Amino acid sequence: MPNHVSPLTLLLTADPTLIAIVRLSLVVSSSAVFFAAVIGVPLGALIALTRFSGRQGVIVVLNALMGLPSVAVGLVVFLTLSRSGPLSSLNLLFTPQAMIIAQTVLVAPIVAALTRQTIEDLWIEYRDELTAMNIGPARRVATLIWDARFSLVTALLAGFGRAAAEVGAIITVGGNIEGFTRTMTTAIALETSKGDLPLAIGLGMVLVAIVVVVNALVWTVRRVGERLTG
Amino acid sequence: MRAPIADLPIVFDNVSVVADAVIILDRVTLTLSSGTPTVFIGPNGCGKTTLLRTAMGLSAPSAGRITWGGREVVPPIRRAILFQRPAMLRRSVGANIRFALGAAGIPRAQHNSRVRELLGLVGLEHMTDRPARRLSGGEQQRLALARALARDPAVLFLDEATASLDPAATKAMEDLIRAVSHRGIKLVMSTHDLGEARRLAGEIVLLHRGRVIESSEASSFFNTPQTDEAKKFIAGELLI
Repeated sequence: MPNHVSPLTLLLTADPTLIAIVRLSLVVSSSAVFFAAVIGVPLGALIALTRFSGRQGVIVVLNALMGLPSVAVGLVVFLTLSRSGPLSSLNLLFTPQAMIIAQTVLVAPIVAALTRQTIEDLWIEYRDELTAMNIGPARRVATLIWDARFSLVTALLAGFGRAAAEVGAIITVGGNIEGFTRTMTTAIALETSKGDLPLAIGLGMVLVAIVVVVNALVWTVRRVGERLTG
Repeated sequence: MRAPIADLPIVFDNVSVVADAVIILDRVTLTLSSGTPTVFIGPNGCGKTTLLRTAMGLSAPSAGRITWGGREVVPPIRRAILFQRPAMLRRSVGANIRFALGAAGIPRAQHNSRVRELLGLVGLEHMTDRPARRLSGGEQQRLALARALARDPAVLFLDEATASLDPAATKAMEDLIRAVSHRGIKLVMSTHDLGEARRLAGEIVLLHRGRVIESSEASSFFNTPQTDEAKKFIAGELLI
């Protein structure tokens, strides 16, 4: 990547290094949100619809996990995947897969906690009707998730925002290796410390633009969906 | 074809319901048989809604026994209930009916014709694709009635079904209730509106403080009430 070029030039010329960094960032963050959704949505729905001793404690812990320090998560995943860790045989440390795992751990509690609240609120509204219709537990869960789908998009969006902005966990487990595990946030941190501000600024602009575009898209989908389904 | 299940008569045998140390139903003994509509009347908090919910199977008795067609455990396959403020699924009007048809085990091939028939019955056939939650209160109540009928119920409970409607919507709803009754579906409804009870009831059950005060044919109840509470209630006096 040429030094001392303006951020705008980097963007307009579609600089290959910048494109690779942006692509990897999107792949890692969206993969993490996907896996967090696979884990978090059913888990949140399960907690919303079941009653068990210690449930309130689980909800408190789940809500607290939304604020997990990303560096701490990075450290735990690092220790798990390192040579002396239980999953060392997978050889995932300093790979994009390790970064996806770390971000999934960060995002899943956000998705689960927001899903729990959304599904529980809808269940209060639907409980009598679904019980009167003799709807079984599995269909109950499916119905609530489907009818809350536009609200759940907001939970996924919150997760994407956390993943896209996160730097502590992925720099710990990914190592910020150029051309392999370097993402927008880790590159911004590195280039700023090196004094290469044009690239840092360029990446920052792309990151902000992506977050704005994703939010706008989701907002549009949600508005259209709500208009069509009420 | 679903197997016919006889949910009637519904027999309450000394049924009590207690919640948070408050007695809501107090040793209720009552039989709901097929025939003309049964209307539960009484002041607010007398236990009408709890009695309907218990008869539907949504609330369990704290004491006593309730049977449907002589059996104690009968899933609500041929029973349906219409709540005062029904929850509309976040789907279209037609999809709300389809959901109920699917829940009732009606084959998918019959859904479209049943949706047309049921929405035609309640006068909402032109709103099939409209989001259910965008309907007016009266329209939502009619959709909820169509959704309840999608279960092909033998008995239909209506909990203050017209309480939050304006006079025109109430009239439309009462006409539908009569039409449903003429189809041979047993109606059990609650109201605190004596006029509505007079217009619709075949049998009246007066409740007060969770107890059945008087139960008789509607004409007998209104013309020759047997208890002081019934006389006061009919006269418009406050039952406290």
